[in-house]
Amino acid sequence: MAEFSLPKNSKISKGKHFPAPEGAKNVRTFKIYRWSPDDDQNPQTVTYDLDMDSCGPMVLDALIKIKNEVDPTLTFRRSCREGICGSCAMNIDGTNTLACTKAIEDCGSSVNVYPLPHMSVVKDLVPDMTHFYAQYASVEPWLKTSTSVSPSAERLQSKEEREKLDGLYECILCACCSTSCPSYWWNSDKYLGPAILLQSYRWLADSRDEASGERLDYLEDPFKLYRCHTIMNCTNTCPKGLNPGKAIGEIKKLIAERSL
Amino acid sequence: MQKERPLSPHLQVYKPQLTSMLSILHRGTGIFLSLGAPFLVYWLAAIAGGPQAYEKVHTLAQNWFVTLLLLGWVFSLYYHLCNGIRHLFWDVGRGFDIEDLYKSGWMVLGAALGLTVLTVILAVGRMGGA
Repeated sequence: MAEFSLPKNSKISKGKHFPAPEGAKNVRTFKIYRWSPDDDQNPQTVTYDLDMDSCGPMVLDALIKIKNEVDPTLTFRRSCREGICGSCAMNIDGTNTLACTKAIEDCGSSVNVYPLPHMSVVKDLVPDMTHFYAQYASVEPWLKTSTSVSPSAERLQSKEEREKLDGLYECILCACCSTSCPSYWWNSDKYLGPAILLQSYRWLADSRDEASGERLDYLEDPFKLYRCHTIMNCTNTCPKGLNPGKAIGEIKKLIAERSL
Repeated sequence: MQKERPLSPHLQVYKPQLTSMLSILHRGTGIFLSLGAPFLVYWLAAIAGGPQAYEKVHTLAQNWFVTLLLLGWVFSLYYHLCNGIRHLFWDVGRGFDIEDLYKSGWMVLGAALGLTVLTVILAVGRMGGA
């Protein structure tokens, strides 16, 4: 049964307020979720007022500014700062996205930052991704073949066949979509979620892969695939503009078609 | 021992989207319609039972709360039907682009409300004529 409220140890209280430096004219407020495993406190939202005249344009710039200049204990993942690594996925202003590609200008007057929703929190904005990655491994995301080709030859693909992978191969596994999905919130123990299903479809759609039957057998299950109720938060939130909801629809179609 | 990790907020912080709200409305109207099924059976049985039996239902339906329930069921039926058709399009792999999702979402909501209003107008017209 779905648990709609937060467990007792996860309830959030209001935390400290760090005012902007004196003389700052262009101030913006950031309310950031904080939790540390090293004390006895529940999570808190801590308020940081920043001088935007000395801050970069993206939410990640603000987080780095806080860490460098205001509060070095703030913990978050980041790497490429250009939307290709997926590390800085978090909930900003009510939807999931990458902090590095989300402009502060596009946020509300006070920018609310939380970790990816309904995840176990390691510290501050860092969620535990272990289960998500295990689910990814479970769909065997690699080319599977039964026919043999000479080791010196390639498995060829026409231009049209290659085009079928557009909109799929670009996924960076940031988990924004999966953690935006209420179905994944309530059933992530069994439901694979939009990101993993899109990845699975990426191999189903690949003309060189010869394990479609096996892959569909694995997915044809009341929970792994069919907990998708076309809520479409996934497609709404994907920071790469991909369409996991459609990919899931395509898998459902493949299963329906093969039983005809 | 380290303290237990918290669960990050979900419903508490996630901004409602038109798509997700229509999805939960689909489920809500579905449940509400199921609850109405016994009432529908009672109604049909009363019709079959003749004018005297039906008189009871007629009196009951005049109650403002029952009228409100009826209005709810009418809207639920139309919404669930229209959104069901939207689901059928998804089942054949169509209408998944964001733009189409929003267009079909507003269309379904508009159609359900329009049909509800139309039904109310027809029903009131009948009552006036009777």
